[in-house]
Amino acid sequence: MKIDSGNTAWVLASSALVLIMTPGLAFFYAGMVRGKNALGMLMQNFTTIGLVSVVWVAASYSIAFGPDGFHGLFGTLHEAGVQHLGSAVAGYSGNLAQTIPPVVFVCFQLMFAVITPALFTGSIADRMKFGSFCVIVVAWSLLVYGPVAHWVFSPTGWAFRLGALDFAGGSVVHMNAGAAALALAIVLGKRVGWPQMQMRPHNLPFTLLGAALLWFGWFGFNAGSALGANQLAGYAFLNTNTATAAAMLGWVIYERIVNGKATTLGAASGAVAGLVAITPGAGYVSPLGSIAVGIMAGVICAFACRLKFRLGFDDALDVVGVHLVGGLVGTLSVGLFATTLINSGGANGLFYGGGFTLLGKQALVSVAVIAYSFAATLLIALVVKLIMGLRVSADDELAGLDTTLHAETAYEIGFAGAGGTYAPADRPVEHPMGTGTR
Amino acid sequence: MKLVTAVVKPFKLEDVKSALEPLGIAGLTVSEVQGFGRQKGHTEVYRGAEYSVDFVPKVKIEVLAADSEVRKVVDVMVEAARTGKIGDGKVWVTDVEELVRVRTGERGSDAL
Repeated sequence: MKIDSGNTAWVLASSALVLIMTPGLAFFYAGMVRGKNALGMLMQNFTTIGLVSVVWVAASYSIAFGPDGFHGLFGTLHEAGVQHLGSAVAGYSGNLAQTIPPVVFVCFQLMFAVITPALFTGSIADRMKFGSFCVIVVAWSLLVYGPVAHWVFSPTGWAFRLGALDFAGGSVVHMNAGAAALALAIVLGKRVGWPQMQMRPHNLPFTLLGAALLWFGWFGFNAGSALGANQLAGYAFLNTNTATAAAMLGWVIYERIVNGKATTLGAASGAVAGLVAITPGAGYVSPLGSIAVGIMAGVICAFACRLKFRLGFDDALDVVGVHLVGGLVGTLSVGLFATTLINSGGANGLFYGGGFTLLGKQALVSVAVIAYSFAATLLIALVVKLIMGLRVSADDELAGLDTTLHAETAYEIGFAGAGGTYAPADRPVEHPMGTGTR
Repeated sequence: MKLVTAVVKPFKLEDVKSALEPLGIAGLTVSEVQGFGRQKGHTEVYRGAEYSVDFVPKVKIEVLAADSEVRKVVDVMVEAARTGKIGDGKVWVTDVEELVRVRTGERGSDAL
């Protein structure tokens, strides 16, 4: 196994770039919830980093990238605990041979495993019990993310062997998280008062800052997925930026025409939709193709965000509209725009003389990922609901998750302070004015 | 003694304050408030979903004045706050039963 230091350096740097996407996502979402739930949202995302980082090392890396266990469906636990990393990662041989140490690959892929369940925090916003959330993330990481990553990313997975293309996770990350978000929103039920009650975003500057961090980190996500510091990484980088720009423009133009105003939330959402949609094709399509992918994603996702009102599921922050739909647009568009001129290891799509073959494979994998993720997540959610319950009480939901789940307040506004007294944690707090309704 | 309370458009605060200065008004209190009157709020759009925002931001200005001054104070505030468009706000007057200057303990009109 030949190790290339330049490639190793780029993938290590990319890993750090992908890590910052999850806090970026946290702020993207936190800005969109009401102020009383801002910490609840940030906490779910930060905790996901903690939970998945440990679970990945313990087992889910091996489920995703360990030696194939059964017909390309999941990896064995041979590399559980990230042991036996001396040899090449299973399946990466011949043309696919990696030039980075396996442990660097573990780091890089860890960050993808972290952000994927973090994505569905947007759909369950403002109403899930914290403990139940933690259990769902751990179970989901092991039972859904690990296997689906094995299917698509591992050369021993069935979807990879079929010849379906997913450069950086349009199916594994985005459709997977989007389908899970849909299942969770359905099992969890609507927020109290939705859709009649006003639930305006409380801090859109946070949302734009979060989108900016996502955009920045996504260069690691996509260009890092070349697993080398080379021309392919360059194309992935340029395609990522181009599609994101086009999608932002597409979304803003769509809403300007349909709703009358171009909005900052539309610009941020369009950018994220573009990042999602170019993820599977970043290393397979041309920069001109990426413009088409981006515009389609911007317009279609803007339209798709209205569907929840018709269908009646409370996907609070549009994880389905942006990630499931955006991931699907991107994955299918690889079947249209992929060209071997950009990546000789890829294939030609419909518009590049490849016929319908690749498009068919892309569609098949999309259906499989959505169906499995939806069904498995539904099952996990129902079991957790049965054992622990999923929702906070209606009173707690109305009071907000920040004080009821985390005993904190995001914002102190004004100079009057909170009143009351303070005591170190080992002594009970006295309430001279009484304890009110607590 | 009277308390004059005005709820006016936020950008009119400076005009009202400058208009009161020549009258020898010794102080005023300002708070940021929101509410609605005849003025309708506005519409906001988030990802295509429209929200009607009914509460409009205003400033509340409170001024204490001697009985003989009240009429003039009210007139000056109304004049300064007026744009002629809907949502200019209201000014009203209430009786003040007692007034104490905290620092000296002076009472009544001495405390104005």
